Amino acid sequence: MDQNKPPAVELVRLAKRFEGSEAVREVSLSIAQGEFFSLLGPSGCGKTTTLRMIAGFEVPTSGEVRLLGQDVLHVPPNRRNINIVFQNYALFPHLSVFDNVAFSLQVKRVPAQEIRRRVAEALSMVRLPGTERRKPGQLSGGQQQRVALARALINRPAVLLLDEPLGALDQKLRKEMQLELKSLQREVGITFIYVTHDQEEALTMSDRIAVMNQGQALQVDDPRSIYDRPATRFVADFIGTTNFLSGRLRSREGSLATVEVEGVGDVLAPLPTELSPGRTLTLAIRPERMHLGRVSGDGPTNRVRGTVAEIIFIGDDTQYFVRLANGERVMVREQNDAPPAEGSRIQVGQSLTVEWAPASTTILLD
Amino acid sequence: MLSLRRPGLLGLYYLVLLVLLYVPIGVLLLFSVNDATVFGFPLHGLTGHWYKDMLGNAELLESLRSSALVAVGSSLTATALGTLAAIALLRFKFGGKPGFLAVALMPLLVPFLILGVALLILFAALDVSRSLWTVAAAHTVVSMPYTLLIVMARLVGFDTHLEEAAQDLGASYFYTLRRVVLPLIAPAMLAWLVAFTVSFDEFVLASFLIGRSPTLPVFLFGQLRFANRFPQVLALAMVVMLVSLSLVVLAERLQRLGTGASLGPPEPAAETGS
Repeated sequence: MDQNKPPAVELVRLAKRFEGSEAVREVSLSIAQGEFFSLLGPSGCGKTTTLRMIAGFEVPTSGEVRLLGQDVLHVPPNRRNINIVFQNYALFPHLSVFDNVAFSLQVKRVPAQEIRRRVAEALSMVRLPGTERRKPGQLSGGQQQRVALARALINRPAVLLLDEPLGALDQKLRKEMQLELKSLQREVGITFIYVTHDQEEALTMSDRIAVMNQGQALQVDDPRSIYDRPATRFVADFIGTTNFLSGRLRSREGSLATVEVEGVGDVLAPLPTELSPGRTLTLAIRPERMHLGRVSGDGPTNRVRGTVAEIIFIGDDTQYFVRLANGERVMVREQNDAPPAEGSRIQVGQSLTVEWAPASTTILLD
Repeated sequence: MLSLRRPGLLGLYYLVLLVLLYVPIGVLLLFSVNDATVFGFPLHGLTGHWYKDMLGNAELLESLRSSALVAVGSSLTATALGTLAAIALLRFKFGGKPGFLAVALMPLLVPFLILGVALLILFAALDVSRSLWTVAAAHTVVSMPYTLLIVMARLVGFDTHLEEAAQDLGASYFYTLRRVVLPLIAPAMLAWLVAFTVSFDEFVLASFLIGRSPTLPVFLFGQLRFANRFPQVLALAMVVMLVSLSLVVLAERLQRLGTGASLGPPEPAAETGS
């Protein structure tokens, strides 16, 4: 990150209260120029409200919004160098594609010839050349989406906000548009702030993600770190699938802690911070990091006994639900990378060990 | 199947409806071209001279002009006020909205007789002499609820994100109003036609508040005493109906224009993208 450039967007203890309910609670974020940043969370987590405060459509109850280092709290939306792509695109139905895309230039009274050139340019950028004279109603959902993008990008804003822009598209088109958006963002080099409730979408496209819940930003990090080292139980649960085991800190040896899981045994896990023995905590382990009855690599290994309760064959992998001695079920995901040897196939009811590396265990404190 | 029998019954119902609606109008048409001042059969042969007489009746034409003036003036005012009130109610935050709406819609509920007397007393107290102006004021009051409701209905079904999108693209409030909001609620301008009709055939308020030159309904009512002039009145009624019908057709055309669906043939350009 270039240290000399001010962040594209900076939120300082930003909060919004709607008639008693707190939609956003003191969110602080710094989004670098040229970054693809996602606000990820379930509906009602405050991500859209945060976006609308950045755009200027909502006035924060407290806190600050800074755009390129400038406080924009008292700048109305039409004077902020930010554009937004709405969830339903919000194309003007009575105007042609040309007039929709040209709207912001017409507002600024840019000469007609330049407008024509730039609209053609913007439409070819979103791969919709030659559609100038159509009405939005005559376009497919995917095409409307592209028009909305062209309209928002034609002014080269400092920041482009996208509010679940792919929500209305079917699965296949969504996947295509995800990749296309990502490469478009790289091409134009504009900061994208992307709101979504789809964790896969956020992981696919983002440079960094802020996971939000109940108005708070729980964790801000790159996709890999969020997946591998979730900061809270909510993040671990919301992103991907996670097995949780509750335990108590027994002792520590260097950076490795021994955690006692009642009825199951001792589990080794890297210790994130100083903790005193006896502290209760939660262990989070991803299903694909657990294995059935075989040692993975050298060094210490966590090994617990259980009984296979259910087997679900997905195709590229198989999910084994294993009941541990304390009654809890964990999911183990094994890749079907080789046909199973005759006679060694795992059966429901079979007793076996579940193993995983200590480094694949995350200690959560909530 | 039930749905197979239904069209027969419905058809009959529809037929009765059509007869009840249009036979009286047909009778008017019949007598407006009948060569007699007496209403009854047998008919006395076709004539156009009631229409000619009508065009020569200065008083009648004068009242028609008065009515048109009052209707145009009051409907334009009511549409402007109703549109502004609708935008205020649905797009701005302020206290006392339910009260505001209740007061604005009140004229729908108050009997015209009472409203007429009230306005008469008010104008007398204010020392405003009765004229077409006072009638127009009264008509504005009673037609504004219609325009308010029609424009509100259009605004409710209108995505507020469109206004935000316009602002986001740099447009000021008035630019947004002119370029986005007003064009999109243009079909609601049929509210103007409703207001026009409300005013054009309104009798009670006009008869209370009229000055020296009567509006058409007031004049027609006066003419009922003179049997020999009655066929002229019928002729006028036919003309007025024709005009109303054209206005309705016009409103319908406007409505279609507003949806933007059928504006010119779709461009034959090849499918692109996706």
